[in-house]
Amino acid sequence: MRNSGSKHSVSCLLEVRGVTKSFLGVKALRGVSLRLEQAEVLALLGENGAGKSTLMKILAGVQSADGGEFFCAGESVTIDSVREAMQRGISLIHQELNLAGNLDVASNIFLGREYRRYGLIDDDRMRRESRDYLKMVGLDVDPETQVSELPIGKQQLVEIAKAISVDARILIMDEPTSSLSQNEAEKLFEVIEGLAARGVSIIYISHRLSEIERIADRVTVLRDGENAGELVGDEITHDAMVRLMVGRDVDQFFQRTVHELGSTALEVRGLRTVEFPEHTADFKLAAGEVVGIAGLVGAGRTEMLEALFGTRSALSGEIRVGGEAVEIGSPREAIAAGLALVPEDRKLQGALLDMELVENTSLPSLKRDSLKGVFLNRSAEKELAREGIESLSIRTPGDWQLVRYLSGGNQQKVVIAKWLAMKPRVLLLDEPTRGIDVGAKQEIYKLIEELASKGLAILFVSSELEEVMGLADRVLVMHEGEVSGELLRSEMSEERIMALATSSMKSVV
Amino acid sequence: MKKTLGIFLTLIVLYGLTAWLGDGFLGAYNQEKLMERTALFGILGIGVAFVIITGGIDLSIGSVVCLVGCGMPWLMVKHDWSPGAALTMAFVVSGLIGLAHGLLITKLKLQPFVVTLCGLLIYRGITRGFAEDQSQGFEGGYSEIRQVAIDKIPMIGNFGIPWTWVILLVVVLLAWVFLNRTIYGRYLRALGNNEEAARFSGVNTDRMVILAYVVCSLLAGLGGVLFVMNVGSAQPSDFGNFYELYAIAAAVLGGCSLRGGEGSVIGVVIGAAVMQVLKNMINLVTWIPTHIEFAVVGAVILVAVVIDELVKRAVARKRLR
Repeated sequence: MRNSGSKHSVSCLLEVRGVTKSFLGVKALRGVSLRLEQAEVLALLGENGAGKSTLMKILAGVQSADGGEFFCAGESVTIDSVREAMQRGISLIHQELNLAGNLDVASNIFLGREYRRYGLIDDDRMRRESRDYLKMVGLDVDPETQVSELPIGKQQLVEIAKAISVDARILIMDEPTSSLSQNEAEKLFEVIEGLAARGVSIIYISHRLSEIERIADRVTVLRDGENAGELVGDEITHDAMVRLMVGRDVDQFFQRTVHELGSTALEVRGLRTVEFPEHTADFKLAAGEVVGIAGLVGAGRTEMLEALFGTRSALSGEIRVGGEAVEIGSPREAIAAGLALVPEDRKLQGALLDMELVENTSLPSLKRDSLKGVFLNRSAEKELAREGIESLSIRTPGDWQLVRYLSGGNQQKVVIAKWLAMKPRVLLLDEPTRGIDVGAKQEIYKLIEELASKGLAILFVSSELEEVMGLADRVLVMHEGEVSGELLRSEMSEERIMALATSSMKSVV
Repeated sequence: MKKTLGIFLTLIVLYGLTAWLGDGFLGAYNQEKLMERTALFGILGIGVAFVIITGGIDLSIGSVVCLVGCGMPWLMVKHDWSPGAALTMAFVVSGLIGLAHGLLITKLKLQPFVVTLCGLLIYRGITRGFAEDQSQGFEGGYSEIRQVAIDKIPMIGNFGIPWTWVILLVVVLLAWVFLNRTIYGRYLRALGNNEEAARFSGVNTDRMVILAYVVCSLLAGLGGVLFVMNVGSAQPSDFGNFYELYAIAAAVLGGCSLRGGEGSVIGVVIGAAVMQVLKNMINLVTWIPTHIEFAVVGAVILVAVVIDELVKRAVARKRLR
C-alpha cells in the first residue's frame, strides 16, 4: 500500500459513466464507469476479456465508444482520436515498448516532434531537455545512448519519460512490469510514486496482484464488461481482488497435493550454455516432481531450458531422460527423447497465430499420426483438438478458430495441448503464466498439478516468486548462468530465494 | 476459397471485356495461345508460390528460364547431346540452383531477395557467356519432341487444348496434394506463418525452406524447357526477361501473401490467366497503345492487392476485441 499524504487535495480528473462498446454484436463493455482523481494510482483489474484493454483503448482515443459520458475536470468532453486524448493529457504506454532501438534516448523522447533549428534537427536542445525528463523518472543515462543498448527496465523508463514529456497528466500503463526483473520493477514503482507525488494520475493494469497491493491507492475491478467492484486502501488484499475478479471465493490459489515421486525422469550433468560458458548446471528431476527455476531476468534460465530442448546449442553436457543418455542438437531430437517446451514468448515461439487451433495442436504429432508417413490424417487431428479443448477447457467457438482470436490464457492452453498429444516424460515451461489473467493462471496451475500426479516431470521457469513457492516441490535458483542454490519446499522463503538470486552465495542444503 | 473466388470473378470480367472490345479474341488460334501462355506462366507461378508461402521470394526465375531455354538447344545442336541427356542436365542444373539458394538462405541466413537477385544476374550472364550472346535454336530439328509444347488435343472445330495444359494440370495436382494433403505442405505453411514456433514444434524448418527453393527452380527449369520447345529458339539477352515478375504477380493475385503462410495453387493458375488475358487485351483492343503494357499490368496488380488488403483489414476490424 502506498501512503501519500496528498489525499486531501484530490479533485476528480477524469470520469467516465456508462461506457458501452460492442464488436459484431458482442458486448465488450456494458456500461462501465471509472473515476480517476488527481495524483492517484488506480489499478484496473479483470480477467482477459473483461474489457480492460477495450476501456483503455477508448480512453486513449484508439477506439471510440458506442455510448457513455466522459468528463474531464467536471467538464463533458469527447475522446474520439489519439490526438484528442493527448490534448487532454492522456497517454497510453503499451505493454510492448514502442521505441526505435537504433536511435538514441533523446531522439526517442522527441520522436515525431523534434526541435528544429534552421530546418535541421536541434540535437543539443533535445538532449538538454531530455536530461530533465530522465531525471524525473530517475534514469541516470546519457541522452546520447542508443536505446537498444539499454536493458529492458531502463527502456521502460525512457518510454515513461517520453510520455511525460508531452505533458501527460494521466498515464495509462498496460502491464509495465511483464518483462522486468524484481529490482527493475521496484525501481518502476518508485518512479510511479514520484510521478503521483507531482500530481500525475496513473491507471495501472497488471495481472500481478502483489504489485497492485504494493502501489495502488484504489482498485477498480471489471468482470464481463461490467464494474465488479472497487477496493480502497486497506481493502486491497490478494484474496479480495481475486474474489472480485472471478466472482467467487477462492479458498486456495494453489491447490497442491502431495506428489508421489517416481524414478529419475531427467538428469542433467555439466550443461554449459554459449551465454555462460564458465558455469555448468547439474540437476535431477523425478517423475511426478515439479521443480521451479527462479532467478532474475538474464540469469540464464531461458538459455538453460532452450539448451535442454535443442533450440540453442549447448557447449557440453550430458542429458539422460528416463535413465538413457540422449544427444539433443535440435528440438526434433528433444521431442523424440520425450521432452516438450512451452516457450517464454507465446506469440513468437509458441503459437501459430494465423493458423487454426486444430493446426496448432497437431503440429508436433503430424508425422506420428500421418498416413503412410506423408499424408495428413484429418480425423486424428480433429480428435487431438477435441481432446485438448475438453481436457484443458480451452474456450473457443470451434477447432477452426484462428489462435490469434483466442485470449492469452487460451492461447497458452493451445500450446500446452500440442505437447500433451506427444505424451512427453518431461515438460519444460518457460514463464507459463506470463500475461494471462488470474482465472486462466489458476487453471494452468491446476493443470500442472494434474500432470505431475500423472507422473510427468515438470521443470518451470518463473519470475513470480508466488508462483514458484506455490507450485514447486523444489526450486533451483539461478544467478548469472549458474545454479546458485537449491531449496526444498520446507526451506523456501521469498527472502532466501531472493538472496540466492541476487548473489552467487551458495546455500548449504 | 473466398480469395480465389475474387480473382476468378476478375478473370471472368476481364475475359468478357476483352471478348467484347478486342478483335479476334475468341478465335481458336488466339484461345489456344492464351491457354499455352497461361499454362507456362502458371507453372512458374506455382513454383514461386512455394517460396512465397515460406515468406521468401525468388527473383531468378526468368534467368533460370533463360539458362535452361538457351542451354538445351545449345547442348543438343552445338554439342550433339541426346534430348534425354540435355533434359536431365536442365533439371539437374535448375535443381542445384534451387539447392544453392536454399542453403545460402537457411544456413548463412542471407536474405532471399539478395541471394536470388544475384542469381538473376549470374545465370543470365553465364548464359550469354557460353552462348556467346548468339540466339540458340533447334534449327528446324527435333520437331517430334517439340510437339509436347506445341501440339494440342483436338476438341471442337479447329480448337484444341494445348498439351502444355496437360502438363500444367499434372503440376497443379501434385502441388495441390503436396500443399493441402501432406504433412510437409502443412510444415511449409506453418513455418511461413511463424518460423520460430514451427522450429520449436520440431519441424525441420531449414529443410522445408530448401525444398521450397528447389521446387521453385525446378519448375522454372521445366518452364524454360517448355518455353524454348514452344518457340523454337532463344536469345540469351532477353529470353525469360521479367518472367519472375509475371510469376510473382500471378502468385500474389492468386492469394499468396508476401508475408508468408498463405497460398492457393488454383488461385495462382487463375492469377496467371488474368495476367495473360490482360496482356492479350492490350494487344487486341486497338485504342489501348501496346507500349503501355507494363503500366496497365502494374496498375491492375496494385489495385488487386490494395483491395485485398482493405478487405483483410475490414475483416480484422470486425473480429478485433
